[in-house]
Amino acid sequence: MQAPSRRLPALRLPRRGAPQLLAFAAILLVDWLVSPQFFDLRMQGGRLFGSLIDVFNRGAPVALLSIGMVLVVATRGIDLSVGAVMAIAGAVAASLADTHALPVVLAASLGAGILCGAWNGFLVAVLGIQPIIATLILMVAGRGIAQLLTEGRIVTFSAPGLAAVSNGAVVGLPAPVVLTVVVLAVTVLVVRGTALGLLIEATGANARASALAGVSTRTTTLAVYVWSGFCAALAGLVTTADILGADANNAGLWLELDAILAVVIAGTSLMGGRFSVPLAVLGAFIIQAMNTGILLSGYPPELNLLVKAVVVLAVLLVQSPRLAGLSLLVRRRTA
Amino acid sequence: MSSAHSNDAPLLAIRGLTKSFAGFPALQGVDFTLEAGEIHALLGENGAGKSTLIKTVTGIVTRDAGTVTLDGTPIAPRSGEAAQAAGLATVYQEVNLLPNLTVAQNLFLNREPTRFGLVRHGEMRRRAAAILAGFDLAIDPGTPLGDHSVAVQHLVAIARAVDLSARVLILDEPTASLDAHEVEILFRVMRRLAAKGLGIVFVTHFLDQVYAVTDRITVLRNGRLVGSWATADLPRMRLIQAMLGRELGEATAEAAPADRHRSGATEGSEIAVYEQFGKPGYVAPFDLTLRRGEVVGLAGLLGSGRTETARLLFGAEMAQTGRARIDGAPVRLRTPRDAIRHRFGYCPEERKTEGIIAELSVRDNIVLALQARRGPFRPIPRREQEALARRYIAMLDIRPPDPERPIGLLSGGNQQKALLARWLATEPQVLILDEPTRGIDVGAHAEIIRLIRQLCDGGLALVVISSELEEIVTYADRVVVMRDRTQIATLEGEAVDVTAILKAIAGDEPAEAA
Repeated sequence: MQAPSRRLPALRLPRRGAPQLLAFAAILLVDWLVSPQFFDLRMQGGRLFGSLIDVFNRGAPVALLSIGMVLVVATRGIDLSVGAVMAIAGAVAASLADTHALPVVLAASLGAGILCGAWNGFLVAVLGIQPIIATLILMVAGRGIAQLLTEGRIVTFSAPGLAAVSNGAVVGLPAPVVLTVVVLAVTVLVVRGTALGLLIEATGANARASALAGVSTRTTTLAVYVWSGFCAALAGLVTTADILGADANNAGLWLELDAILAVVIAGTSLMGGRFSVPLAVLGAFIIQAMNTGILLSGYPPELNLLVKAVVVLAVLLVQSPRLAGLSLLVRRRTA
Repeated sequence: MSSAHSNDAPLLAIRGLTKSFAGFPALQGVDFTLEAGEIHALLGENGAGKSTLIKTVTGIVTRDAGTVTLDGTPIAPRSGEAAQAAGLATVYQEVNLLPNLTVAQNLFLNREPTRFGLVRHGEMRRRAAAILAGFDLAIDPGTPLGDHSVAVQHLVAIARAVDLSARVLILDEPTASLDAHEVEILFRVMRRLAAKGLGIVFVTHFLDQVYAVTDRITVLRNGRLVGSWATADLPRMRLIQAMLGRELGEATAEAAPADRHRSGATEGSEIAVYEQFGKPGYVAPFDLTLRRGEVVGLAGLLGSGRTETARLLFGAEMAQTGRARIDGAPVRLRTPRDAIRHRFGYCPEERKTEGIIAELSVRDNIVLALQARRGPFRPIPRREQEALARRYIAMLDIRPPDPERPIGLLSGGNQQKALLARWLATEPQVLILDEPTRGIDVGAHAEIIRLIRQLCDGGLALVVISSELEEIVTYADRVVVMRDRTQIATLEGEAVDVTAILKAIAGDEPAEAA
């Protein structure tokens, strides 16, 4: 009865998420081997410290980006502008922080992110521009906008409210980690609690069929870019709060690539369709665990890039349908 | 007919060609003979096996059985290039050349004249100009191919193919995107090439062109050879019968099923009324009324505008002329959502690209339209989704009966049933089915027809597009016949029979509307 179409559910791993969890555990193990105190935790000033906490704390910005990115990728799109949107959101926040109340600062910064997302969504969903080109526009222009906002300087601030976004703690956990968990929970709740998840997957897997089934593919696409912009603004707030200033040149630089990598590690096909938000966040932490490990090991950080490349290759090989066929062949021969 | 040397082997002889795809026979022992200097039309509806025949002969796909001989020598090319080297050149509907290279570069792609390994551009342009002159093409060989009209690009593709010392030229729907004048230029070239002794296989859907240019006609249907005739000996009416697979005698002999017309008296209430509905260049303005419990069949050859009509009715394409009233109120159908809001459903012919969402589960696919209509924020609870999926899997006998299986892994017939389930779940009042029985196995075929009747008895208005005329007449209350994107006749009640439909399609005489 069934058609011999090998290619279709290529991403159906034996148990969803198992490879990612295994990879994360393995990398943490390696981290522990190069740095025996890796799992040590200590409480200081009502906040937990330690290398493991660092992985989650440092990984938070990319994790936030990947939450938005995974939805965009699921609609068969991509958002290259998130790094630039981080810079814009950071620049807005830093320049208002010392003169305005915290709610105003946050609203302005997040509003800027939403606006950026809406712009991307407009280009992709309404004008029908290819996502990679449409978001490339803001990737380039966004950093320029951020530099105009900061007038080319590094804008610093001292308002403790905004700083708390990075150095604050909730029940002992760093604020960025808590923020990531909350955004993750809200996103999962909205996407899986409503029918948005189904509509996103349908739009990404077959936009024409979805439109003929009555799915408003345009609104769906617009929504995911807006959410991606919002998540990027949050990530921008975290990095700005971290350095108590906005560096338009470097804030979020190249992080869009890490976010895409996280989404790919999560097993999401860049051709759209099925996705998992928690796995994308896990992917972000896998990347950070590698970064931290190399830092701890004392190897030059340049090695980081090579290691990342190897991991990407490994992930893609594991997911390659051709390789799956090949390994079957090998097994049959050896058997 | 045109071959002078009767004792010689024919230019191209195909005997007993057989090919199956995944167990489905696409060609079953097909014979085909092409003489030198002949223009030979290869005709058939979608799925008749024309493309498979061409691909098998030219080595794009391997054949399961059968022989192909060129000038009496058996050939079995393993690739398009090998076929080309053997003397079989093919030009497809989409020009297979590189639009950003120049005309000359395209003509000499992969066989550029060189000296010491360097391309001799001057020499190439000179030779290109000579070739183009032979085709009456007054274009500069140094200009990018993409700057020229599709017709010119086609001629360049043909020029390239012929210059590669082709003996047989296969033209796969070359005229689909050409206007009348361009078609005439193409025909002139074809005739000239045939006069030089080339054999030309011409695939098209336009019957006028068949009669304008070909010497012989071979018709395929469902992977089998129907017959081969000299064009002059085959009236248009009989050609259409051959393509649609019905002998006139058979058609009239068969009594119309008794349960077909619900006596005509039980006039269902009007659901939708379309007046002068149309879109210039897409479908000519037409009138159509859809009534409860009535099946409207849309008949016509491929390309006659049936699918286009369906898309207009459903709002998948926006009409530019006329009005539509649904449930008595005027509506504007801008998108499918507008029609779906009025409880319309549409199963497209292109099941894989426009119907199923292959990687999602059968359950997801079934609930999709209902969920889309409710909007994202009124999700169908998981338990209800499962109940819906189970209900329709049981009702339509979808196999395997696993709601969580990705729908792409199901057979064509089961995918079609799942798509029907998608719309039935929305409790539609109008359901438009475009070739609902195409490409599915015989068992599922019968089930779907039975289902169409059931739905209709349940008070639905149905619009069914089908090339299977004998099938249409068993369930349709009215048959709208289309030709050249125009509604040319409406047959109703007793007038619905295969002969009348065939006559209307052939346009032998104006079919009187009942």
